[in-house]
Amino acid sequence: MSATELSEGAQEIQPPSRTAGVEYLREAGSVLRIPHLPEDVDEVPTGDDTMIINMGPQHPSTHGVLRVMMELQGETVLRCKPVMGYLHTGMEKTGEELTYLQGPTNTTRMDYVSPLFNELVFSLATEKLLDVEIPPRATWIRMLMCELNRMSSQVLWLATNGMDLGAVSMMIYGFREREMILAFFEKVTGLRMNHNYIRPGGVAVDLPEGWRDDVLQILEVFPERLDEYDTLLTGQPIWQERTQGVGVITTEECLALGVTGPILRSTGMPWDLRRDQPYLSYDQVDFDIIVGSYGDTFDRYAIRLNEIRESIKIVHQILDKMPSGDYRVQDKKVTPPPRHRIDESMEALIHHFKIFTEGFRVPEGEVYVAVESPRGELGCYMVSDGSAKPYRMHIRGPSFVNLQALPHMIKGALIADAVAVISTIDPIMGEVDR
Amino acid sequence: MDEPDGAPAEPEPALIHGALSSLSRGQLVVHPDRAAYLDIVGSLYDDGYRFCADLTGVDYLMHLERALPAGLRPERFEVVLNLLSTEARRRIRVRVQVPEADPTLPSIFRLHPGTEAMERETYDMFGIVFTDHPDMTRILMPDDWEGHPLRKDFGVGRIPVQFKGAPPAR
Repeated sequence: MSATELSEGAQEIQPPSRTAGVEYLREAGSVLRIPHLPEDVDEVPTGDDTMIINMGPQHPSTHGVLRVMMELQGETVLRCKPVMGYLHTGMEKTGEELTYLQGPTNTTRMDYVSPLFNELVFSLATEKLLDVEIPPRATWIRMLMCELNRMSSQVLWLATNGMDLGAVSMMIYGFREREMILAFFEKVTGLRMNHNYIRPGGVAVDLPEGWRDDVLQILEVFPERLDEYDTLLTGQPIWQERTQGVGVITTEECLALGVTGPILRSTGMPWDLRRDQPYLSYDQVDFDIIVGSYGDTFDRYAIRLNEIRESIKIVHQILDKMPSGDYRVQDKKVTPPPRHRIDESMEALIHHFKIFTEGFRVPEGEVYVAVESPRGELGCYMVSDGSAKPYRMHIRGPSFVNLQALPHMIKGALIADAVAVISTIDPIMGEVDR
Repeated sequence: MDEPDGAPAEPEPALIHGALSSLSRGQLVVHPDRAAYLDIVGSLYDDGYRFCADLTGVDYLMHLERALPAGLRPERFEVVLNLLSTEARRRIRVRVQVPEADPTLPSIFRLHPGTEAMERETYDMFGIVFTDHPDMTRILMPDDWEGHPLRKDFGVGRIPVQFKGAPPAR
């Protein structure tokens, strides 16, 4: 692949004629039906009356460094192509250089809006390779943190989506509520983001004194704030005009394109890994899966708003059921000895040192585990060669896959709607580019 | 969790659509050869595995003697496909051996259009070319990047940062 000096090369949107109709089929939204469609398509735009413009990579509503190339006819988007890689930092390559204990520090930086899910999926994959079972308290702490993280992530989406569509006050409110949860995270993990809290074998530390009151306070404030959002946005005519019927996608298209999360649920398909392939202890809590009926931007807004309510429901149950016990597995293989043992015993000191320098060895094998992140199926494919570092660590980022649905959802929309559609996909570029 | 300790993969004699299969930590894996790859994915599609969750590659350059079902010749590259049946709520994994001498594989774009970007990423990172793919180009790395970063013989941190049109070193 050689690129000439001025060419945008692979990142160029190719003329419809050069791609034997495939690009055009995709533009027509019918790439899903390619096997049944005739190969030759008439009415291919000549390119004379259209204009290709770039949106991004520096654009406030692209949520980071996403660039969208759009072919426009007037103000209508004929087709578009998301161009990414601007935030690519080779995190999967880095992951091969870090031990299993260091791994979460790397993966947590992928989806920086919901970092705990990345740590979780990495830890679950490692634990499956190790074949260790983590204690119940660790499981429930993980669930508590993840559900709070889901709430903060969805609230941040409400904030940025509001801003994209002109409801700027929503942005202020959303960030305000998110800050409450981040303050709790800081109290528990020491950091507002990129926690490295969920680790193979359990969690880093136990919940601090008074955590229950902090969580209860969050749970007390949130419902009324959500009702405020309802008043602010849901019934508002401008909001409805901007979102209803925009960026429509069907269930079949979602499944063919690999789209998961709120986008898939907005089409009416109740698919949520927490219920359909339960991990942690999600089979022991009671919650509803929110689905939409039209698959449009408004449905996705409503789904995310109500998923916060479901998360609140789950967190209440977690508070009731939180067991006592160890917060990490007492398996000498993966767990460093307790601090006081290090002062007493030479072996414990050596053991501690070995775990943090060499890391623990993980038996050979390969696994794929998936969890439901706020954006959809977050998967981790991990290959171990028996050493202390993953041989291959691949993260299936829901944003990366969901973003590929953009050309379908945006087709035929106005530029102003394009902003709404990009926002509704909720792409986190750190996860897209990894 | 349901397997003898120490054994990374427990070989299972059963064939799935004529391809060898195994269990890896309780997860079902199919090992079709390259010629049968498209047919197997198509048959699995008819079985209900209509959702392609993930497609990625692995470079086994430093770990060639990995556990595989008997009768399967290990190659340097592997393309790994994670399929999901939403009706049966089951997952299946497809691992295809791709030789270093001829790193090509047919694209499953027409069956699972969502794999378009994943195949581009696999090409970008491993240099595995997917034939019949509509847009077989780099996706994450710059267009003029040389090499495929996730290959094991691609070093870490030894490559200078490359900028387009940067002035030559003095």
